[in-house]
Amino acid sequence: MTRPITYSRWMAGLLALALVAAACPQRMRAAGKIKIVTTTSDLASLAQEVGGDRVEVDSIARGYQDPHFVEAKPSFLLKLRQADLLITVGLELEIGWLPPLITQSGNPRIQPNSGGYFDTSQFAEILEKPTGVVTRAMGDVHASGNPHYWLDPENARRVAQGIANKLAEMNPGDTAYFHSRLADFSKRLTDAEKAWDAEMQPFHGRKVITYHRSWPNFLKHFDLVSAGEIEPRPGIPPTPSHTLELINMMKRDNVKIILVEPYFDLKTPDAIARETGAQVVVMPPSVGGEKEITDYFKLFDYDLALLTKALKAAQ
Amino acid sequence: MKRITLLCLACMLAFPWVAGAQAQKPAKDDRDERLKDFEERISVLEAEVQALRAAAATQTVQAPAVAPAAFDVAARPAPAANPPLAQQAPETGGAQPQPPAYGGASSMAKVLNPDISVIGDFLGATGTSNVPPALQAAGRGPLPVLALHESEVGLQAIVDPYARADFFLSFGESGVNVEEGYLTFTSLPAGFVAKVGKMRSAFGKVNTLHNHVLPWTDRPLVTQSLVGGEDGIDDAGLSVTRILPAPGGIFLEGTAQVFRGDSADVFTSSQRSDASVAGHLRGYKDLNESTNVDLGVSYARGHNDLGSAFLTDLYGVDATLHWTPLRRTIYHNFVGRAEFVWSRRDQLPAQQRAFGFYTSGDYRINRRWTVGGRFDRSGRARTANLTDDGFSALLTYWPSEFSQIRGQYRFTKYAEGRNANELLFQFQFSLGAHGAHPF
Repeated sequence: MTRPITYSRWMAGLLALALVAAACPQRMRAAGKIKIVTTTSDLASLAQEVGGDRVEVDSIARGYQDPHFVEAKPSFLLKLRQADLLITVGLELEIGWLPPLITQSGNPRIQPNSGGYFDTSQFAEILEKPTGVVTRAMGDVHASGNPHYWLDPENARRVAQGIANKLAEMNPGDTAYFHSRLADFSKRLTDAEKAWDAEMQPFHGRKVITYHRSWPNFLKHFDLVSAGEIEPRPGIPPTPSHTLELINMMKRDNVKIILVEPYFDLKTPDAIARETGAQVVVMPPSVGGEKEITDYFKLFDYDLALLTKALKAAQ
Repeated sequence: MKRITLLCLACMLAFPWVAGAQAQKPAKDDRDERLKDFEERISVLEAEVQALRAAAATQTVQAPAVAPAAFDVAARPAPAANPPLAQQAPETGGAQPQPPAYGGASSMAKVLNPDISVIGDFLGATGTSNVPPALQAAGRGPLPVLALHESEVGLQAIVDPYARADFFLSFGESGVNVEEGYLTFTSLPAGFVAKVGKMRSAFGKVNTLHNHVLPWTDRPLVTQSLVGGEDGIDDAGLSVTRILPAPGGIFLEGTAQVFRGDSADVFTSSQRSDASVAGHLRGYKDLNESTNVDLGVSYARGHNDLGSAFLTDLYGVDATLHWTPLRRTIYHNFVGRAEFVWSRRDQLPAQQRAFGFYTSGDYRINRRWTVGGRFDRSGRARTANLTDDGFSALLTYWPSEFSQIRGQYRFTKYAEGRNANELLFQFQFSLGAHGAHPF
C-alpha cells in the first residue's frame, strides 16, 4: 500500500532521462551545406536558385495546398529540428500552423528573432495593407498586407536578393558563389519577364474575378484588373447573394475570366461560368501546383499559357 | 520647427500652381479660397507624416534586421516602403513632441504587448440528465440549461531570445482559474524543449486539449471518471520534451514531467514530497501525404486524496488517425481517435482497478459542416465495478474559421441503471490572435 514517491527520486529520473537524450546525436551541418526549410515551395525554388549546391532546401507546404491551412504535422518537426535557416512568407500567412512547429522543434537556430529565422516579406512590395480600423467583419484579413506577394517577378527578384545576402552572411566563404548565382537568376528572370510581358501585352486592362485575393501582385504586374472575388470576404465561403451580385456584375461589365486556385472547390465557379459564359481557369499560385511546375520560371510559363489561352478565347 | 518646415515645403510645392492661378485670376475671393485649400492640404500632409512615422516606428521594432544591401542585382527601385522607413525611424522619431504615455498607450508599447485572445464557449443543455446521486456528490451534476460555460483568455508572447510564455485564463461561472501559464525554453542545447509553470499534463490526448479544440461539447466519460474531468491533470511543475532518433521517417518524442501533485480529484498533495509525475511517448508516421497515424503511451502517478500513503497510477494508450486530402484541405478531413486508460487507485478496504475508453470519428463534409460520433465506456476510479456507457452524435457548423455552432445528442447509461438523453448545443467564438495549438 505504501509506495512512497519523492521529488528527489523523480527529479533524478528526469535528469537521467535528460542526460540520455542529450547523448543522442544531433545532426550537424552536412559538409558545410546550409540546410534550409521554407514554408512554401515558391521560397524553396528561390532559395535553390541562389543557393545552388551549397544548400539543401526543403519546403513544408506543397504547391497544390492552401498555404493558410497547413496541418502542423510532427513529421515537419523532423525537418525543422535540423534546419539552419527557416524562410517564411510572413504577413501572418503561416500564423495558423508555423508558430507551434517552431516552438516544438527544439531548434534554437530557427526561433523568431534568432539568426536562422528569415521572413522575406521585408523585401517585397506589399499590397492591400488595410487602412483604418481592421475587424474580422472584413473576413480573414491580414493586418500587415496581402501575403501572396511572391506572384510578382519583381518581388521574387528582391526576395532572392535578400536570401542571397542572408546565405552570404551565414557562409561568408561562399559569398561570391551566391552573388554569381543571384546575378544569373536575375538575368534569366529579366529575360523571362520580357517574354511574359510581351505575351500579356495584348490583354492589358482586362477584368478578371478570382476566388480568393491571392493575385493582387500578379494582376498588378501584368496590368489586369480584379473585378471581384467569389469569396464575399477573405476566408468566408461563397454565399448565394454574393454569387448573384457577382453574376450580375460580370454580365454588366463583360468579365469573362474566373481565376481559381487549385485547392478551392469548383462548384460555385462553374455555376458562375454557366450563368455568365465566363471561363474558369484553375491556376496554381505556387511552384509544384502541377507536376510540370518544377521552379519559379515554370510557374509563370504554366499560368500565363493557361491565362492567355483563356483570354484569347474570351475575345 | 518641423511644422514650419512642412508648411514651407507645402507652400513651395504649391507655389507654381498658385503663381499660375494668380496670373489668370487675381481676384481676392479666390485667394481666400486657395488659402483654405492650402490649409487643408497641409493638414493632410501632416497626417500623412504622422502615419508614416508610426509605421516606421512599428517596422523598426518588428524587423530591425534589414539585410544590408550588399549588392543590387538590377538597378531597380528599392521596395517602396519597408527598409528605407525602418532606417529613417530613429532620425524622425520624436520630431513632434508628444506627451509621454505612461499607460503604455503609445504605438511602440502596443507592439510589445502579448497576443491577446478570448474564446467564448456558450453551452446549453436540454433533456433528461438523470445523473446518479453518487456522481452528483462528486461534482458531476447536470449541466445548466444555458451557461457561458467558459471564457478563455489567452496571453501569449516571446519573453526574450531564450523563451516564450503562454497564459490561458479560464473564466467559468464560478470564478477564474489559470488553466495554463507556463514558460517554454526554446533555445536549450541538444534539442530539448522545457516548460515551467502550470500546464496540462501530457497524459494521453484529451487531457492536453483545451475545451475549444475538442471535437465535442463535453469530455468523454473516461476523462470524467478517471482523468480528472474538464480540469484534468493540470498542475504546477516542469516538463522536458525531446524528439528522439527513430528509423524509417518515424517521429518519436518523449516527454517527462514532474508536478506538485494536485490535480482535480485525481492527485492530492498532502505534503511537499507528494509529487506527481507523468510521462508520454509519442510515435507518429505519415502513411502518405494525406494520411497519418499518431500513437502514444502515457503514464502518470501521484498521491490521492486519502493521504501520502495512497497512490494512484494511470496508464494510457492513445491512437489517432488523420486523413486530410491536401488539395481540398478546407473541405474534407477525417479524424479517428481512441484512448484507453487504466487506473489503479489505492484506497481502503481494497485497491480499485478501473478501465475506460472512448473512440470517436469526425468527418468534415464540406467547408461549413462536420459530423461526428463518439462511443464511451468507463469504470469509476473509486468504485471500479460500476461502469457507465455512453454514445454521442455531433453536428458542427462553421460560419467562419472564427466561430462554430455545435449540437450534440448524448445518451448515457449509468451503472445504476439510469439513462440520460440530452441535447447539448454550443456556440464558440474567438476574438483576437489566439496562437495555433500543436497538432
